[in-house]
Amino acid sequence: MYAWILILLLLAVMAVAYQLGIRRAISSAGGFSRINTLHSLPAYYGLYAALWAGIPSLLLMGIWIGFQDQIVASLVTANLSSDLLDGQSAGHVNLILNDIKNLATGNIVSVNVTPEIQAAADQFARLERIANWSMWLAVLAVALGGMAYAWQKTEPRMRARNRVESIVLLIMVICSLIAILTTLGIVLSVLFESLRFFQMISPLEFFFGTEWSPQIAMRTDQVGASGAFGAIPLFTGTLMVSLIAMLVAVPIGLMSAIYLSEYASRHIRAIAKPVIEVLAGIPTVVYGFFAALTVAPVIRDLGAAIGLQVASESALAAGLVMGIMIIPFVSSLSDDVINAVPQSMRDGSYALGATQSETIRRVIIPAALPGIVGGILLAISRAIGETMIVVMAAGMAANLTANPLDSVTTVTVQIVTLLTGDQEFDSAKTLAAFALGLTLFLVTLTLNIIALSIVRKYREQYE
Amino acid sequence: MNNPAPTQSGATPRRTIDIVNASLKRRYAQERRFRLVGVFAVALGLAFVVLLFTDIISKGYTAFQQTYIRLPVTLSQDIIDPTGTRDLNAISGANYNKLIRDALRQQFPEVTDRRELRQIYAMLSIGAPQLLREQVMADPGLIGTTQEIWVLADDEIDMLIKGNIDRHAAQSDRQVSDETIAWVSRLEQQGRIAKHFNTIFFTHGTSREPELAGIAGALMGSFYTLLLTLVLSFPIGVGAALYLEEFAPKNRWTDLIEVNVNNLAAVPSIVFGLLGLAVFIGFFGVQRSTPLVAALVMTIMTLPTIIIASRVALKSVPPSIREAALGIGASPLQTQFHHVLPLALPGMLTGAIIGMARALGETAPLLMIGMIAFIVDIPHGFNDSATVLPVQIYLWADSPERAFVERTSAAIIVLLAFLFLMNLAAVLLRRKFERRW
Repeated sequence: MYAWILILLLLAVMAVAYQLGIRRAISSAGGFSRINTLHSLPAYYGLYAALWAGIPSLLLMGIWIGFQDQIVASLVTANLSSDLLDGQSAGHVNLILNDIKNLATGNIVSVNVTPEIQAAADQFARLERIANWSMWLAVLAVALGGMAYAWQKTEPRMRARNRVESIVLLIMVICSLIAILTTLGIVLSVLFESLRFFQMISPLEFFFGTEWSPQIAMRTDQVGASGAFGAIPLFTGTLMVSLIAMLVAVPIGLMSAIYLSEYASRHIRAIAKPVIEVLAGIPTVVYGFFAALTVAPVIRDLGAAIGLQVASESALAAGLVMGIMIIPFVSSLSDDVINAVPQSMRDGSYALGATQSETIRRVIIPAALPGIVGGILLAISRAIGETMIVVMAAGMAANLTANPLDSVTTVTVQIVTLLTGDQEFDSAKTLAAFALGLTLFLVTLTLNIIALSIVRKYREQYE
Repeated sequence: MNNPAPTQSGATPRRTIDIVNASLKRRYAQERRFRLVGVFAVALGLAFVVLLFTDIISKGYTAFQQTYIRLPVTLSQDIIDPTGTRDLNAISGANYNKLIRDALRQQFPEVTDRRELRQIYAMLSIGAPQLLREQVMADPGLIGTTQEIWVLADDEIDMLIKGNIDRHAAQSDRQVSDETIAWVSRLEQQGRIAKHFNTIFFTHGTSREPELAGIAGALMGSFYTLLLTLVLSFPIGVGAALYLEEFAPKNRWTDLIEVNVNNLAAVPSIVFGLLGLAVFIGFFGVQRSTPLVAALVMTIMTLPTIIIASRVALKSVPPSIREAALGIGASPLQTQFHHVLPLALPGMLTGAIIGMARALGETAPLLMIGMIAFIVDIPHGFNDSATVLPVQIYLWADSPERAFVERTSAAIIVLLAFLFLMNLAAVLLRRKFERRW
């Protein structure tokens, strides 16, 4: 709460610094009449002052907020008597600290309050108050100091524009590095946790085992206490659901793209194309709801009518609905590549007497094939990574089956189930989710890279 | 082939045109079939859209109304405010449950059996006393009078009135007993049951009781999350796009960044949830279940979309603009900020709105960073525990009560309405500022 007020205050200081910087520049040049002796426009001197006032103080504030809690906590623990802490695990010390924090902020506490805890809480509150006030003072002092520095540096020969521009350029470089940092963050965090997982469970067992039951037993002497982490049933489940989805999406998407780009009148195309693309904008949780509450019961009833046993959470329902979701991906990507085939190829085919459908099947599709395949690969990676539909409509049970009417589970479903609810960062159960995530990331990344390079190569071919 | 060409003397070679003519019928039939398959595919695609929307809307529109029972409630001074001081604490602590139950019991004087009485009381929502209390606290002048008050009915009664429970089914097949149906029918004949606009749905947080559950908490959570996401991702995205498109030297590094951005856009969203859990919560210690951590994950997720859209917008500004600005002595940065950026901004904003629409509908990564917690209170800041609309939909879809199906669909309708508005804004923006050079 207070941080927001401080940030607003800093913005105000920056605005003041901007105005003062302009005035200072003009007066240092000797008034408006001699403004042409300035190296840069006056506004750049203002910006220079504002940046000096804002950036160092904001950095300081960020660092301060990041470390304040740790420092205060360590000061409080240092004051706690040793009999409270001796022989306690790090987790227990954290619990005590949490209680102290809660007591200090007036929340509900889990233990009964001893005088010592109360004293620690008082100390905690006092330290926090001191830290907050000193942060305000320090940050504002740095802001004013920066302003004063800029004020003192301002003189007609200072190259204010160049300095401001190099700062802005630096900020833009940092912005674009965030994209790299994100990838690095994904890879490192997932890889790190996965390595810890593979220290407990061998990769062989994970990638080739056929039994998946990650529940950790309550007692260590229980049967199967360590859980079973064979991911094959998850991989086959994911493949089956994706396969069903592609069986729905590819024919419908491809044929509608062909029809809309080759046959349909401009009028029909202008209506049908955006309407079909609405399917791509609908949140996946809506599809999940649709699959679980509408499609699955219909399939179950249909199956019962013809005497088939259909699980209430069948792979078929999830796959069908996922296929519907993917139709617009296939259709718009195919549409792009079909339109990129040069008209001269069509004209040549017609001139030889081919009908329109023959032209499409024998000339356009072969010519567009690499692009279409790229699009389909992108759609497959989308299907593999899709989460909500399968979480809501496919099951939790890891069945190793080839029957689409059975319930199967997928990689994404297991990641979600393993990571929602209570979790500790060092159990094999939690870490297994990261190993699954790593597999998912690598597979989709490979598919994307292949698909994007195919599509790019194809575009170059006709450009 | 089938019909050989007429032979004159011996074996004259068949003319090509005959072969072509012979096959024409088959080829035209093939052409028609191919075309028909195309029409069928388009029709199927359109049918899915229609099916999806009619299914959701037909399930959900009833949730915008809620059943109430009109009861003559005696707001007796003795129970609400025995001291007569109109002290708000005393008024707030009174036993409103008894008032409502007494009023309902008056309607059925013949019922004395305790089991049946319990069934009668179950017709009212558990939250009804709370709502009455709010009403009395807002207007203490009501105390001491008898008012005809619309009292919130239980969700099962609501389902019965809306026709979602079949009154003629066998008693064992439905949750509502025969006696209750008889009582409800009697109240209906007296005009004491009616459906009103469901304000609770828009003003309350979630609840275990369907009739008390609302989307206000989730909406506020989504609002805070999106606001922060926009504030973080738009400047960063535009900055990155400007640098990559206009300033970066074309070398291996910038190629790497470009490939990276394109691939990040296609990474499954659930992986961003893993990142959020491991980095933001595990490493930086951001509190889970808050709009803050949700916005950080969403920022990382929408950045590629915004960067790509912004680069396209920058590319569409013709080079002559840049050359003209540079020609009259503007510095490269002045060229960008004074001339190129204003022209590219509508395109960038469109990209940002589309990115925000995707972030609004995103569920999977948020499940992992604790947005799935059951939170009744409406959040009031970026650091309050909160949930967001799609996650609320997911949670309600899991609830067994029949009445939650209706609520879920209604929440989906609200979500889709917001998405529609955002996309409409993007389209209008594009149309208004689109320029052909």
